[in-house]
Parts: sequence; C-alpha cells; structure tokens
Amino acid sequence: MAHITLKDIAHSYTGESDNPEDFALKTLNLTWRDGGAYALLGPSGCGKTTLLNIISGLLHPTRGQVLFDDEDITGLPTEQRNIAQIFQFPVIYDTMTVFQNLAFPLQNRGRSKKEIEPRVIELAKILGLEKDLYTKAQHLTADSKQKISLGRGLIRKSVNAILFDEPLTVIDPQLKWELRSQLKFLHKKFGFTMIYVTHDQTEALTFADEVIVIYEGEVVQVGTPEALFEKPEHTFVGYFIGSPGMNVCPCELQKNRILIEGHELALNRSYADVKATEKIEVGIRPEYLSFAPPDTSGLPVKVIKIDDIGRHKIIRVALKEKEFNVVSSEFFGMTGDSFSLIFDIDHTNIYVNDHLISGERM
Amino acid sequence: MQLELRNVSTKVGDEFHITDISLAFEAGTLNILLGATLSGKTSLMRLMAGLDQPTSGKIYVRGEDVTGVAVQKRNVAMVYQQFINYPNLTVYENIASPLRIAKVAKNSIAEKVAKVSNLLKLDNLLQRKPQELSGGQQQRTALARALIKGAELVLLDEPLANLDYKLREELREELPRIFAETGAVFVYATTEPSEALLLGGNTVSLHEGRVTQFGPTIDVFSKPANLITARTLSDPPLNTLPVTKFNNRMLYKSHVEIPLIGSLPDLPDDDYTIAFRPHHLYLKRSSDAMISVKAKVVVAEITGSESFIHIDVAGMRWVILAQGIHDPDINETIEVFLDPSTFYVFNKNEQLVVAPAASSGA
Repeated sequence: MAHITLKDIAHSYTGESDNPEDFALKTLNLTWRDGGAYALLGPSGCGKTTLLNIISGLLHPTRGQVLFDDEDITGLPTEQRNIAQIFQFPVIYDTMTVFQNLAFPLQNRGRSKKEIEPRVIELAKILGLEKDLYTKAQHLTADSKQKISLGRGLIRKSVNAILFDEPLTVIDPQLKWELRSQLKFLHKKFGFTMIYVTHDQTEALTFADEVIVIYEGEVVQVGTPEALFEKPEHTFVGYFIGSPGMNVCPCELQKNRILIEGHELALNRSYADVKATEKIEVGIRPEYLSFAPPDTSGLPVKVIKIDDIGRHKIIRVALKEKEFNVVSSEFFGMTGDSFSLIFDIDHTNIYVNDHLISGERM
Repeated sequence: MQLELRNVSTKVGDEFHITDISLAFEAGTLNILLGATLSGKTSLMRLMAGLDQPTSGKIYVRGEDVTGVAVQKRNVAMVYQQFINYPNLTVYENIASPLRIAKVAKNSIAEKVAKVSNLLKLDNLLQRKPQELSGGQQQRTALARALIKGAELVLLDEPLANLDYKLREELREELPRIFAETGAVFVYATTEPSEALLLGGNTVSLHEGRVTQFGPTIDVFSKPANLITARTLSDPPLNTLPVTKFNNRMLYKSHVEIPLIGSLPDLPDDDYTIAFRPHHLYLKRSSDAMISVKAKVVVAEITGSESFIHIDVAGMRWVILAQGIHDPDINETIEVFLDPSTFYVFNKNEQLVVAPAASSGA
C-alpha cells in the first residue's frame, strides 16, 4: 500500500492551453494517506473519471505529477503502477471456476500454492462465495460475478491502491447493501488504500473516510461524511449531498441577523459586513427545519406539497416566492395550512457567492 | 386511454415467464413495475408494447382487444436503460426527429423541442452532438425524444438507472406533472424501492413473473399484503425474525421472547415471521414495551446524518438505521431494541396477519 499525492494536476483533452475553459480538470492538489478509503463524488461530466484515469495511468495529465510514496509515477504505464481496478461490469474469466479466477492474479506473479490457497478461501468466505468456489463463473448471477471482480481486486496484499469505478451500478438494491457492507468490512480488515468513483452520495458517504466532491472540474470540498452534511463549504455540496439537498435562499445579512422576504431571523454567529452587491444566501438542511403554530416566532409559511416517501414526509412550504423543503416523520398538516417555520440556528449556514463564510460565535 | 391486462401468461418451453397477470392502468397515471432483476418487468413491458404476444390472456386498450396487434400499429413510446441517439444529428435534431418523420409544422416543432428540452435541462446543449455530451446528458436526450412524440402509452425500462442520483431527484419532481399533463399511461420499471417511493403513483410489486400486490405506492409500502412485497419495498432491507407461538408464548428459539400484546394473543399457535424496518430497530430504549436483544456488530456505515449498523443476532443479519453518527467497532456486542408496535406479522404462507397499529410512516 502507498500514500498517493496529486501535485498540481490539471487535464485538458485538447492538450496544453491558455484557456481555463479547455480543462476538464482544473488544477488540484490532494494527498491521500496509506490505508485510507476515499470517494470521488460528483455529477456525470464533472471530471471524476478523468481523475481516476490519471491515477490508474490510462491518461497522462496535461500538467502535474502523480506520486506513490513520493516516487513520481506520472510517466509509468498502468501495468507498472501495481494497482488493482474494479469496473462497472465484472471483468472475469467465464470458463474458470471462482477459485481459479481469484487465484489468477497471484499465480500470475508466481506465488506458491501454499500461499494462494488460504488467501483465496479467506476472501471467498468474506464475500460469501465459498460454496461456489468450484463452480465456473459463467453459471453465476451478475452480482456474484461482480463479487469475483471485487475479490480479484482485493486478493493481492501488495498493491499500491485499489480503484473502483462505479462498481455497484449493475447490482440490485438488496444486494448492493450486502456488497457495500462487505467492502467496508474488507477495508477495515485489510487496510487497503481505496479510491472509489461514484455519483451516488449514499455509496460515497458510506464507503469513504473522506469524500472529495468534484464540480465542473474543480474540487469544491474534501471532508468526512459528517462535515459534508453539517458544514457544506459550497452551495453545490449542500445541494448534491442530502436528499432533498440543502435549502438555499437569498437573504440580507446584518451582523448576527438575516432578513428573508423582510422577516428577521436571529443567528448565533456574527458576520463581518458583506457588500450588498455580492450574492448572499442562507443554507439550511430540510432536516433542521421544523414547524410551530402560525403566528409564533418563525417565518410565516404555507404548505404547498406533501410527499409521503415512507420513512418520512417531505413537506414543501412557501414564503411568498421562496420555497423550502422540510423533512419530518411526524407531520399531520395538510396542503394550504399555515405554519411558522423554525430554523435550527446551530445548523444555519451563510454563503457569499456560493462559498461558506464563518462568522464569530456569539 | 386505459390499458388492461386480463389473465396474461407467457410460457417459454415448459417455463412460465409471466404467470396469470391481471392489471388495469388508467389514463394520466404513473404505474411502477418494481422487482429484482428477472422478476418479469421487461417481459411485461414487451407484452404491453406489443413486441411480444402472450401465450394466453388478453390485452385491451380503451376496452378494445389489441392482443396480437403489432407494435407499429400501437401509439407506444419505449425508453430503455441504454439510450440510443443519432450520432450525426445535434441534440435539437435528435429530439425533433420523431416530429420530422410525422411531418409536424416547423414552428410547432421548435416550440415542442423548447418545452421538452427545458424540462430535461438540455436547453444549453441543443447544438451539440451526442458524443460531446456526458452519459447522463445523452440519456436525457433520448428521454426527451420519447416524450416529444405524445404517445398514448410510454414504457420506461429503468430509464434513470444510469443517471445521476440528483438528476433523478429533480426528474421526480417533474415527471408526475408531465404524466398528468399528457394523459398517457406511463409504465416505469425499476429495481429500486426508493425510486418508486419518490415517484409516487401506483406500484406493481413483481416477483418471479407474478404480481404480489398492486396499489398506490405508499399503501403497498405501508400495508404489504405478504412478506415478498414487504421485502421488495424495503431499502435498506427488511429485518425478519422467525417465531413460534405455543402455549401463550411467542419465541425465536430461546433467544428472543415477544410479549403477547395488541392482536398477537388472538393468533392461533403456529410459526410466524415478524418483520420490521431498519428505522424501527433502535440503539436506545424509549418505551417499556420495547424488547432488548443482544447483537454483534458486523460493520457500520455512516452517511453524515444517519448510520447504518449491520448486526448479527444469533446468526440472523439485521440492519439498524439510526439518526446521527454511530461507529461501533466490528465484533463489539451491543444491545438493540425492537418496538412491537412497529411489527408486521406474516403467517406460514407469508400472508400479512398483523400490521403495525399506525401503518402510516411505518
């Protein structure tokens, strides 16, 4: 295993250019520790696969260097980087048994039978493949085949890193749960350096110690799942993480108070003056909004839509033109009802030009 | 337009792929076919489209028998998981192509393309070619082309499977409105219960080519008629506990005793399956009626606002969905709590015999 450093990496598919618009990946610097689990999360077209391909060696970056344990490997082809890769679709030998498939990467490197066998059996057990060990892969279901792919990626202890490119895309939801928890367990047990690319927030957040959120070729936040949820540093992170995403609403800011449509809200932080020409917004997650009877302190809102999605309800409310989503498991109001909307001020964030600003705690 | 299937079956060799399905879909409704891979979703759609003919049974459109009428003679649009676009045409021309073939007036085409491209957030991409788009954008183009035709029956076979999570969330806001506006019958296949719940409408729960339940999605979720439907609608997976009632006691082996409250005393002595959803398995006791159970932690996953804790209880795998961040160690023994008021009880034939007192939000 190795720690990985990305130094001033940038990539343009049309080659070196003075125009920043040409870069699918803007300049970025990241360091990943040995044994960490990282997720690259973002919408399609954001540059996350470009970044993964740079790490795996499929792409040579227009600028910058990739270091494995301080050794510059930018110029090395994929096969010399000592990495394992797992893709959307299973990459296995259909006519080989599960055992042969799992053993193959070790046999290839001339490992002894004595070394191979216990390792294959241990891994097959964790992946729930032990009863199929001597079955040919072609007779197995899609999810079992993907388990073999995972197993082949995890079989060698000496790899520098394991890269996953949306590995659960073709898996049914019930089995996704199983595979995801197995992957997490394997990471805890063996301590591989893992990098996982996905657009699915649940997969990213549950897999990674640290998530790298990428938006339009730029890293907008690197953080733990908790930090991304509680303190999104960019409105895009607030929107992209969480379901529904964070409510973002234009407001006026006056030190420790904000005004939304003329209604005042007191905060527990005080902010430096921001020019009125800047874009000032308040961000609050639907989970941190609640209701009080109308005409109590809070924003006077009207319920415009209620969606019961089973475990909880999503209630859409409006204050004039401004709309907010509220998530609640105990809501018994109806469309058209009036309420006071209460903000949990410990979880109320202020954004200037889409970036979080941190005021002084009062 | 109304679509009706009466006692439809298909047989390949001696094997039933679809077994005795009767369903009626009304105009302007969204009907979700929910089930695992190979549960019969695609087979059923092919029958509805007229791409395949049933071995027995009849299909009616507006009360008229259309069994045996070819797909070309029906007003049907179909969208697949793998979208297909014309590589040499711009996005605009791709979307407009069905109208050009139908010789619709030029200004009417422009208006319709503008409307549908706005809906699918393609406004800024209309002059691009498909290969200049990301995967998600290409799929949206194909979806736009299917919607612009104004077909009476629109069949969508996992259309969002390859789309960004966030885009699905936005489409979910828009789709019910389009469905109602067009007056077409929409049939939408998915493997994901969360997608069904987000879209609302009606759900057909499918398992091995049979309908296990049909009704408004939220009702199918909160009042599943049988264990298969309860499992099909659960994500994270349903927790189950096999119990035996005998001599006024209800037990799972010697590990767990269920107090006989509510309607449980009325059940005859027999074997039952108790089921409860992961958000109804707790880390803390909040009422005296809760049952305490010892469990071993398998692995914990954290999403930032919630934690999924996978546990082993006497060889059974359960999942806890807990609010906040909880990260117990692997193999740690913890105490978890069950709330009998959230139990679904199924008899030996897996039919529902007891539903939770408050089924809404269950």
